[in-house]
Amino acid sequence: MADVLLEVRNIVKHYPVTRGLLQRTVGWVRAVDGVSFTVEDGKTLSLVGESGAGKTTIAKQILLLEKLTSGNIIFQGKDIYKYSAAELKRDYRPKVQTVQQNPWSSMNPRMRVRDVVGEPIFVNAKLAKKEVYENVGKLLNQVGIDPEGMNRYPHEFSGGQRQRIAVARAMALHPELLILDEPVSALDVSIRAQIMNLLKDLQTEFNLSYIVIAHNLATVRYMSHSVAIMYLGQLVEYGESEALFNNPLHPYTKALISASQLTLPEDAKDSSKQIILSGEMPSPLNPPAGCRFHTRCTEVMDICSKEIPEMKTIGTQQVKCHHYT
Amino acid sequence: MVIEKGKKKKIYTGLKRSTRIIRNLTLIIPAAILILMIIVALFADLGWIGLPDIGLAPQDPNATHPRDKLLPPSFMEGGKSDYFLGTDRLGRDLFSRVIYGARVSLSVSLIVIFITALIGTILGILSGYKGGRADAFIMRVTDVALSFPGLLLAMLLWVAIGPGYWTVVLALSVLGWAGYARMIRGESLRIRESDFVAQAQVVGATTWRVMFKHIFPNIVNSLIVIMTLQIGMMILAEAALSFLGLGITAPTASWGSIVADGRTELDRAWWISAFPGICIGLVVMAGNFLGDWIRDKLDPRLRQL
Repeated sequence: MADVLLEVRNIVKHYPVTRGLLQRTVGWVRAVDGVSFTVEDGKTLSLVGESGAGKTTIAKQILLLEKLTSGNIIFQGKDIYKYSAAELKRDYRPKVQTVQQNPWSSMNPRMRVRDVVGEPIFVNAKLAKKEVYENVGKLLNQVGIDPEGMNRYPHEFSGGQRQRIAVARAMALHPELLILDEPVSALDVSIRAQIMNLLKDLQTEFNLSYIVIAHNLATVRYMSHSVAIMYLGQLVEYGESEALFNNPLHPYTKALISASQLTLPEDAKDSSKQIILSGEMPSPLNPPAGCRFHTRCTEVMDICSKEIPEMKTIGTQQVKCHHYT
Repeated sequence: MVIEKGKKKKIYTGLKRSTRIIRNLTLIIPAAILILMIIVALFADLGWIGLPDIGLAPQDPNATHPRDKLLPPSFMEGGKSDYFLGTDRLGRDLFSRVIYGARVSLSVSLIVIFITALIGTILGILSGYKGGRADAFIMRVTDVALSFPGLLLAMLLWVAIGPGYWTVVLALSVLGWAGYARMIRGESLRIRESDFVAQAQVVGATTWRVMFKHIFPNIVNSLIVIMTLQIGMMILAEAALSFLGLGITAPTASWGSIVADGRTELDRAWWISAFPGICIGLVVMAGNFLGDWIRDKLDPRLRQL
């Protein structure tokens, strides 16, 4: 097994809900409720789930854009909340970078590309402008953008090109972990493969680790070594990518995979094979008792609404479901 | 895709030629009026570049001519060609006074706009981006500034430090920044939530860097619009203060003080109040039209202001 780069241990993030003139706290949105996973050196972990499952919240915690309610994030063996401000700036922030979902809003429209890509370097290293721009040229080359383009503004590029520029920016500080928040979902289908291949190439070349946040299972299967399926702020299944896709254990995983498969007309007759979930995801303000998925589960049992299932290890997979206890 | 420069196609704008001309006139006329007024103000005399003998003003604005009191403008019956716009109660040349008045009125309003915009922008960005206690504190101070009666403050300052040019500047600046702070705070709040600000934070950019490299450049458009619209407001405010005797006082000429001066002679010599009044009206209108035009070009979202 490869070395563990990042470990997330039982993290919890609750947001207060305030109401009324006095802004009293009337409840908590349990966006992330006890999630643990590890990211290995040079490997990709995918976080999968519906909107509102808490994927992006986890990303924000790891990127230190928000503060955890409880739990630990351990990077290279050290809890990131135990870093001093100077250590964070030197040893953590530069090594953990991100590519955001929307390449149209992730760049300051008033900055030229050379300053967009160069910003991480300007902030973290005392280099002359000329040297920074030389670096920017190399970075752009690496992601397949003509370095001449660095003097233009972001709006002069197409979505795919902008996402390449975003990747160049994320690479500027030689990071070890990239958090890719839906890196291709805003792009045309025809460009997605290019960006995914670029990301895979960079991973092999620089031994990068990725956390990919996605809801598109095709993307996930193509990119990741391990997969964590999230539902309502919790992991329901977690394991190696191939094993999980070939033998999904949790009913929610099965439903997701079933929903993602293309249905040809002849298959459609055999609708018994399709699992279609009804209803919406319940509110994280007031999650269901017992198993959080029991309100929509197709294989629900009596016990599901009463007891909270434990995470069980089966083979290389971990699953949180009463069917396996 | 790369946009090629230098290629200009004729695009159908959807507007009739006459409509386009009117729209352009709303830029050209106000801009011309403002530029003319600024030139007049600058070149009233050239003493400040070492040429005290030349200037646009034909006479010393404060020189009295006891024999030529209350003369009508030269183009009217009984007017003298020496006094293009006539003279006031002390026989001072009104034309020269209006020219020198432009200098005072315009410079007061521009200085006040600059000061208030600077303070308001800094506080607004700080408030919007930092949030929390800083925001709560700055916004309460802003509320106080917005609700404090400006006239009362002007009177207090007039009593405390005496009348004068800088008293007017101070009186208008002390409260004037609040409007900017409110507006800029709103804009900053919006931009703070944008992805590129999160990106800058991930990279480790300092608060100052985010405020000045990311937030400020994205609010500059709104700021320019509001500053232009304020030209008229500030000219009016200065004129009002001077008219009430809380501003620029005799013998220094400002448009407001000349209007006030002519008030007592209105039945015999309407021109004393009328010509500076017309100047105030022209500049205020020019400022507003220009502001509207710039707003439409730069930031149509601000329509309601």
